[in-house]
Amino acid sequence: MAKMTLADLRALRDAKKVDIKKRATEGKEGRVIIGMGTCGIASGAKVVLDEFLTQLDKYGITNISVTQTGCMGLCSVEPTIEVIVPDMPDIIYGNVDKATVETIVKEHIIGNKLVNDHIIDRPASDIMSDDGDK
Amino acid sequence: MAIRNYILVCGGTGCESSHSDEIYQNLLAEAEAQGVGDEVQVVKTGCFGFCEQGPIVKILPEDSFYVQVKPQDAKELISEHIIKGRQVERLLYNIDTLKQKTAKVDDIEFYKKQYRIVLRNCGFIDPENIDEYIARSGYEALEKVLFDMSPDDVIAELKIAGLRGRGGAGFPTWMKWNFTKMQQNEIKYVACNADEGDPGAYMDRSTLEGDPHTVIEGMTICGKTIGAHQGFIYIRAEYPLAIHRLEVAMAQAREYGLLGKDILGSGFDFDIEIRLGAGAFVCGEETALLQSIEGHRGTPQPRPPFPAVKGLWQKPTCLNNVETWANVPVIITRGGAWFNKIGTKDSPGTKVFALTGKVKNSGLVEVPMGTTLREIIYDIGGGIIGGKKFKAVQTGGPSGGMISAENLDTPIDFGGLSAIGSMMGSGSMIVMNEDDCIVDVAKFYLNFSVDESCGKCAPCRIGGRSLLNILEKFTSGNGTHEDIDKIKAISHAMQVGSLCALGQTAPNPLLSSLKWYADEYEAHIVDKKCPAGKCKKLITYVIDPDKCIGCTACARKCPVGAISGEVKKKHTIDASICIKCGACMASCKFDAISVH
Repeated sequence: MAKMTLADLRALRDAKKVDIKKRATEGKEGRVIIGMGTCGIASGAKVVLDEFLTQLDKYGITNISVTQTGCMGLCSVEPTIEVIVPDMPDIIYGNVDKATVETIVKEHIIGNKLVNDHIIDRPASDIMSDDGDK
Repeated sequence: MAIRNYILVCGGTGCESSHSDEIYQNLLAEAEAQGVGDEVQVVKTGCFGFCEQGPIVKILPEDSFYVQVKPQDAKELISEHIIKGRQVERLLYNIDTLKQKTAKVDDIEFYKKQYRIVLRNCGFIDPENIDEYIARSGYEALEKVLFDMSPDDVIAELKIAGLRGRGGAGFPTWMKWNFTKMQQNEIKYVACNADEGDPGAYMDRSTLEGDPHTVIEGMTICGKTIGAHQGFIYIRAEYPLAIHRLEVAMAQAREYGLLGKDILGSGFDFDIEIRLGAGAFVCGEETALLQSIEGHRGTPQPRPPFPAVKGLWQKPTCLNNVETWANVPVIITRGGAWFNKIGTKDSPGTKVFALTGKVKNSGLVEVPMGTTLREIIYDIGGGIIGGKKFKAVQTGGPSGGMISAENLDTPIDFGGLSAIGSMMGSGSMIVMNEDDCIVDVAKFYLNFSVDESCGKCAPCRIGGRSLLNILEKFTSGNGTHEDIDKIKAISHAMQVGSLCALGQTAPNPLLSSLKWYADEYEAHIVDKKCPAGKCKKLITYVIDPDKCIGCTACARKCPVGAISGEVKKKHTIDASICIKCGACMASCKFDAISVH
């Protein structure tokens, strides 16, 4: 790159800031967790994961991290994902495909509305949450 | 395709020496081989500070913290963590084998009490990529200084911040800058002291290795403020990685027009050259350092004139330490008032320490000033290795003092440490336990100062040697109480008569230990014993006849044939032949040999 002017430096910083922010974990308010067990991967969880990253980028959302987890136990409705954002209940969605991802981003994450067609109940409470209740 | 995981591999010197580069290469190769090469970004970063547990690999966004990773673990990290989303349990950092394994960095005690200003980018960005520094608000402070602030504004901001020099003496940074600025001279210089020489210190090294641009930016800001166009970084030749990263960073900054002529079109010119030191400790002293940059023998010069008035080639020179420079851009970006709220009134901000010695978690720690020694040693450091008893902590290197258990709750700042007979120094912090002999440690530091004395002035050259001779007497059982008075007299002469801080402060470890560990000196002088069993001339190895079964293991190991005894009969050591190497004790399986 040739020598920069002040404007060049600012433009470069703004562009790179978006990239590097994705790396930071602090300041993230929400999470999308993708079930990436063998079942999930076989039903296309990887495509879903990539699509989430693309869609979040597209809408300029930087405060949501996308992480992965193992099988949630809902293999019949894979790929499954869990969305955790402020002011909304934690929701598990099933049968998510590439097209559903944009709907979830637009309605659930941006619009604070549930995407009814894909909501799946939690399979069972686990011992960790049982302990917490007592 | 978008990047979904970031793998940060520590590229600090500590981790590099335990094959982190191979881990980095293997991770790249495995990610490619397993088909996720374009979905993960592997980044080699600066030191994470948690050197005890290195090599460190951190995976984001999960924030999983993997320790003691080996090159062959790369395959599993990719196939398990990246592809299947399962953390590799066996590599996660473990606080306590009984507790659940910790996955997230935020949960680790080592990091909980820390606050990273200087090390803000260390372990996060790729130090060889200027874009990553820029993305983390890099060169934003320089923008402000070039276009929005006057030199007086910059100095006022530093004054509000209350930043004090991190090289050890704690001189207010704004004053130093202001003195240099006030000099009327067409040529002025900026210099960076990266001649980190205290035993056990590696703060500056890690800062330069992990975030070289912050120092470059800090120096450029100073250049604009005081009216200098040339900077020098004086760095030890023993820091090849830091030098390499500085060179890369400076080349990138020049390419972007952030160093060189007409920076960012502002009309201001500034560039930096690196000068390598050849390893003399005294060159960390400012006047000796400047002599060395000029190509002369590194010997201290009388002050005044101070470098701010007559420094490099007799021109006004502003010299600061690496850590001081690294604080400057943050103060300018966030404001002096923000900085001033951190730490204590006497010493705002944070301090980086290299925590080493007999603590569980050796490493690089950055804490707000005012944190107590106890918090650093027990909470961050995890306490003493092997459940042994704490004896002393040494701060400030050969110029500092030994701090005893009574003073562990002293809040650390420039004033607090001076009050208990030590000093902040550059940030080495060496923890000692009951196995260490205080007299022996004092001898070690004094020996260091005597070795490194440049010999120019008599109080340091002769005084240091005389003190060392007295300590030799103590450790060989020939000490007397009159020697203690001599120590005090010689020390006083060195403190007031030496030309530079090396000689003035060389007696500190000895004097502070005399004050806090008088018992141990008494044991050496009166009882002719070394309680810790370190001083060879004062100890004897003895075989306990009740425990010895006559296996002959010790007799076979003894290199001088000092052990006699028949098979299956009690053995004895002839003290007149014994050279006290300790080989017998190490070879005994029945715990029958002890030191008296």
